[in-house]
Amino acid sequence: MSYVQPSTPGTKGDVTTKNGTQSWFYTDTVKDHFFNPRNFMHEDANSDDYNAVGKVGSPACGDELRVWMKVGPETEKILDFRWKTFGCGSAIASTSMCSVMVTENGGMTLTEARGLKPQDIMERLGGLPSRKFHCSVLCDKALRDAINDYYRRAGQFDKMIVEATRVIDPVSKVTDHDIEEAVLEGATTVEAVQAKTKVGVGNPSVLPAVEELIRFYREKYFGAESK
Amino acid sequence: MHRHVYLDHAATTPLDSRVREAMRPYEEEAFGNPSSFHTAGKRAKDAIDGARKRIADLLSARPDEILFTSGGTESDNLAILGFARAHREHGKHLITTTFEHQAVLEAMTHLEKSGKAGSGSAGKEGFEVTRVSVDAQGLVDPEEVRRALRSDTILVSVMAANNEIGTLQPIAEIGNLIRKERGTRAYPVFHTDACQAAGAINLNVEKLHVDLLTFNGPKIYGPKGIGALYVKRGLKLQPLQFGGAQERGIRPGTENVAGIIGLAAAFEIAQAEREAESARLLPLRDRLIAGILKHIPKTRLNGHPTKRLPNNVNISFMDLEGEALLLYLDAKGVYASTGSACTSASLDPSHVILALGMPYEVAHGSMRFTLGHATTEEDIDYVLEVLPPLVEKLRSISPVRVDEKYFA
Repeated sequence: MSYVQPSTPGTKGDVTTKNGTQSWFYTDTVKDHFFNPRNFMHEDANSDDYNAVGKVGSPACGDELRVWMKVGPETEKILDFRWKTFGCGSAIASTSMCSVMVTENGGMTLTEARGLKPQDIMERLGGLPSRKFHCSVLCDKALRDAINDYYRRAGQFDKMIVEATRVIDPVSKVTDHDIEEAVLEGATTVEAVQAKTKVGVGNPSVLPAVEELIRFYREKYFGAESK
Repeated sequence: MHRHVYLDHAATTPLDSRVREAMRPYEEEAFGNPSSFHTAGKRAKDAIDGARKRIADLLSARPDEILFTSGGTESDNLAILGFARAHREHGKHLITTTFEHQAVLEAMTHLEKSGKAGSGSAGKEGFEVTRVSVDAQGLVDPEEVRRALRSDTILVSVMAANNEIGTLQPIAEIGNLIRKERGTRAYPVFHTDACQAAGAINLNVEKLHVDLLTFNGPKIYGPKGIGALYVKRGLKLQPLQFGGAQERGIRPGTENVAGIIGLAAAFEIAQAEREAESARLLPLRDRLIAGILKHIPKTRLNGHPTKRLPNNVNISFMDLEGEALLLYLDAKGVYASTGSACTSASLDPSHVILALGMPYEVAHGSMRFTLGHATTEEDIDYVLEVLPPLVEKLRSISPVRVDEKYFA
């Protein structure tokens, strides 16, 4: 009998290949989108060909994402969706996947696109390591920003949705709602919430407010202050 | 299948086969507990004593000045926490630099934290810490250290070589000025973390004028889980753990005998071969640096070009994020490391690159390539061949354009 330690792939939020023999930090689908990103904005592309843009993040927090969108005026369907990111493997793969999801099968309508959740993108990617979750949130936010921009340019101000939430960190565009979700997913410390949302990374002045909110949501959902 | 080029020797090194051979008997037949009062125990004890003597000789120290620990982190923690706590009555001021290893920085920060009233949390140790900044080249100015000294300074800690950018610090000079400032008093004492430097410079503690010195096995082709702390005779340390008389009661627990033997063997080999290996690595290091700076636009060498470890290359690639480049390189069989926030659990980018006065985006795009025994010229040329198109690809999907002043 051999007691040689077998390799145990896929522990601790990492993911295994389809045949289960090798562990990597990302799934095969993430790898595919990371190494062969779809729909990124080409250097020579003309931004005038697009009728909406969105932006989120900054290089200071390690991720900056810009998106360009072409929306059919009658159908309100997303005909083209292009992006550029200063981001890690997860950011590149999630944005690439997001661009595929909003444009496939003739394109989502803006209403449908607004229903797209970071979890949907994660699911199509086959999962992301837990501390990379915020990367899929980023492209979702850029998409929403672009949808609002489309309505702004079209003069349909009534269709712009100013999220009924409060932006806590204007740099990472993290809202109180994001912090609520992070707490609900089990993040109960500033560090854990930061790992999920990137709030306050490169902008630490907002952290006291974040701490306050974490306490509030913990009390709201999990009862009195527990250690 | 493509090549595998491991350029992460600052993270850890493989075990040298000679070291493994030296360790083998103590993992098999000579397995006794050094504290046991029989022949098997005595054999293990003799082996440890021998290893301690060999290490002491290389440091120009005495055997009773060498403590064995579980590694660099424990040695640093023991030096900082153990010394500060044992001497708190004599002063509560500590000095370090902004770009130390976290094992030093976080130990200092722990001592500094006041602790929230009534929270029952650790802390309340009430020390004050001055973090001396480094210059844009990643060098500590001894004069800055002198200016930070106060009458209540009890401990100064400056690393011998930085783990990210490899810059070599003027340890002997700082040690000398501290000794002069100290005069006939007992404080301040001087600690250096020499984990990264142990394979590259002479660690004669007399010449370096250090009172505490950290080094470990896994950075010098020795085993993991073993480290040493040189503690000048007479310096009192408060233990961090309790339950035995081993290591003079300062670091109790049954000794890692094979690890200690391995550490001694690795350290002997590293010191004996350091000049020849440095001479071999220097041109390879400079070939990689020159090749990247010449062939890839918008790149910047982090750290002084010559006052650095012979195996360290640290480059910021502007407009891209390091984790993405690391993974692209990984797919080509090149294993490196990055200062990007995305690979750190804290999501903070490299504090070392920020300490050089660089903005976040330059830290996020920093890559460290650290060469080692197995590195050849072909490896370097392979990296120089695969790297440019990967950088170009990531830049083509990046919206960021870093200000020219950071790389021109």
